[in-house]
Amino acid sequence: MSSHQTEVLSTAERVNRSLKRRYAAERRFRFYGLASILVALVFLVILLGSIFFTAIPAFQKSYIGLNVTFDAETLGIENIEASNAFLTADYDAVIKAALRQRFPDVSSRSEKRTLYSTISVGGTYQLADMLQAQPELLNTTQFVWLTADDEIDGYFKGKIDISAPESERRIKDNQIAWLESLKANGEVKKGFNWTFLTAGDSREPELAGIRSALTGSFLTLLITLLLSFPLGVAAAIYLEEFAPKNRWTDLIEVNINNLAAVPSIVFGLLGLAVFINFFGLPRSAPIVGGLVLTLMTLPTVIIASRASIQSVPPSIREAALGVGASAMQTVLHHVLPLALPGMLTGTIIGMARALGETAPLLMIGMVAFIVETPQGIFDPSTALPVQIYLWTDSPERAFSELTAAAIIVLLLFLVSMNLLAVLLRRKFERRW
Amino acid sequence: MSKSLFVALTVLSFAVTGQVSAAREQIDIVGSSTVYPFSTVVAERFGKTTGYKTPKIESTGTGGGMKLFCKGIGVEHPDISNASRRIKSSEYADCQKNGVKEIVEVLIGYDGIVIANSKNAKAVELTLKDIFLALAKQVPNPDGSETVVDNPYKTWNQLNPALPKVKIEVLGPPPTSGTRDAFDELAVEGGCKTFDWLKAMEKTNSSEYKRICHTLREDNTYIEAGENDNLIVQKLVANPNAFGVFGFSFLDQNRDKVQGSLINGSAPTFENISSGEYVVSRPLYFYVKKAHINSVPGIKEFLDEFTSAKAMGEEGYLVDRGLIPLSAEEYKVTRENAQQLKSLKM
Repeated sequence: MSSHQTEVLSTAERVNRSLKRRYAAERRFRFYGLASILVALVFLVILLGSIFFTAIPAFQKSYIGLNVTFDAETLGIENIEASNAFLTADYDAVIKAALRQRFPDVSSRSEKRTLYSTISVGGTYQLADMLQAQPELLNTTQFVWLTADDEIDGYFKGKIDISAPESERRIKDNQIAWLESLKANGEVKKGFNWTFLTAGDSREPELAGIRSALTGSFLTLLITLLLSFPLGVAAAIYLEEFAPKNRWTDLIEVNINNLAAVPSIVFGLLGLAVFINFFGLPRSAPIVGGLVLTLMTLPTVIIASRASIQSVPPSIREAALGVGASAMQTVLHHVLPLALPGMLTGTIIGMARALGETAPLLMIGMVAFIVETPQGIFDPSTALPVQIYLWTDSPERAFSELTAAAIIVLLLFLVSMNLLAVLLRRKFERRW
Repeated sequence: MSKSLFVALTVLSFAVTGQVSAAREQIDIVGSSTVYPFSTVVAERFGKTTGYKTPKIESTGTGGGMKLFCKGIGVEHPDISNASRRIKSSEYADCQKNGVKEIVEVLIGYDGIVIANSKNAKAVELTLKDIFLALAKQVPNPDGSETVVDNPYKTWNQLNPALPKVKIEVLGPPPTSGTRDAFDELAVEGGCKTFDWLKAMEKTNSSEYKRICHTLREDNTYIEAGENDNLIVQKLVANPNAFGVFGFSFLDQNRDKVQGSLINGSAPTFENISSGEYVVSRPLYFYVKKAHINSVPGIKEFLDEFTSAKAMGEEGYLVDRGLIPLSAEEYKVTRENAQQLKSLKM
């Protein structure tokens, strides 16, 4: 019956009838798209927000002011002329003496132990640096701002729940009394945590910084860029412009596409077997990291470069050849400049991926505790994502803030690389 | 093309190999992730207070570290290997074979493994037998016969009426972890041995014994939560019914969030682990390649710093980090071994 009816309807009527349904379908479709973007945005905001708020305290650091007496006897310095007299002196004893002087009432052994833990072990390094720079300070008393221990720092930042029973707190009642008395006397200050940017890794959260990891990442990426960009571009130009189309080039093309999808840890294993075990390059060095990441990024660079060469209109090549340019001149003078923005974008995206990798670096020993900033590509180093990974695994609470702060630095690094990609594309891009 | 790329890379790496200097100025340490937090603290202080460079420490796991360590003599091989168990005789033989003849063994202290739950739940008292019955894939038949059945227990009170009536849910490290090795061996196997007929099986049918006593359940009661102990602590806070397995130092740092369960009537405290009363604890070691002592600067001094009373003594800074110190006699032996560089004989 119904089918009989529809047959009688004219085309216009049928269209009119379905119109409402089609409009509704379109509205729904748009809504789905909008909703998925909204969901993605909400997640992004939550993610960035939580990282940002966790990271804020990491950029501040507490210092405690003490009157430190650089007493030669306490320091155990007998011969000032000895070259390492100031290096090996017992600065710990000086800090302990200063603390005892500030809190003369503390007498029991265990209480003293707790008191001594107020100042970070970094305090001794601070004093050592001071005395080495100014030997005339020996046997004088100076008011020095010393780095507070990470737990004390946590207390000043309000990270410790004082309402919890004393036995469950890392900061005890007597410590709170001391800290409050220091605070009341203006002997506590907070400052920007420069250590985070200038120091290498440390097992003390208040002394840990990202400088060595950042340098390591920079060196590794530099090697990756220097190797993967020229190699990738040369490969792409050859494959697109010169290679004959036969079974071999097809095979190579398939292989390059497959390599782009190989999990990164596989490249790490390859790096271990080839660069370290066979060629004897040093473990944990940026040179090996850079080589491994080059292997990983090369397919991406080649694919992106080929795509951008393909997008150069054939008329440009034909015109160049028509006025008598050689094949090489055509490529170098005309195709390459036009394809360069796309190549650069592809390379930078590949580099951004390489920046975030930890898995291949694990295999070649870059996941390690390294304090000193690498001076060259053969020195042991780590990378930013590795540093983040190592910090999340540390028992001390304050490392969670540092982790978040390091993530922010990593993200800034990534954003600036992407920004560079956008700028380069804007500058060189031509549309037809 | 990919082949010629490879050749290009090869040539390049040859070119750079030529520049690698033969000497190394930095001590190279590999090995256990459990010893890593202690080793790094010593390394950092060593680097800051002596003229030597801060040693490089890789956390490769005990087995992986031993493999690298025993590969040979020369600056491209590590100088020190950290271990959360004693060197195996097979590893020792491997070392000997590759020319690593003389090794100094240093026992640094102990580490406890705890089973903890959230502070919001009640603390429980477990026995090794409970742990075995709760987590082993196959357990002795509840009817008392000497056969094994697939683990039938769903809640804790089913295996021990004194325990709460909550679902068995234990978060712990994956098999690649040294903590897991020790947990399997000390807690699960320890509980397995409380059954006499299973204990007897160790001699008669050791492969079957190993299978029963070392295989954990795969039905989402033992959940592999990754190597990150902080993550386990966070999950325990979110789920008061779950238990977690991790190292003592994480319990120590998170006492306001989680509590350790009593095992065989003894709580995971500093004193109990150190006296050996708390049974799930293991020794921590590091091994030094004697042949490297003269070629890499600072090894002797590093050994001295590590074994000093200031570091691993009863009130040393490593103890503040959760290391359970050696007894006075053990410490004396360790210190002597380290100073005289006594070679390990196996």
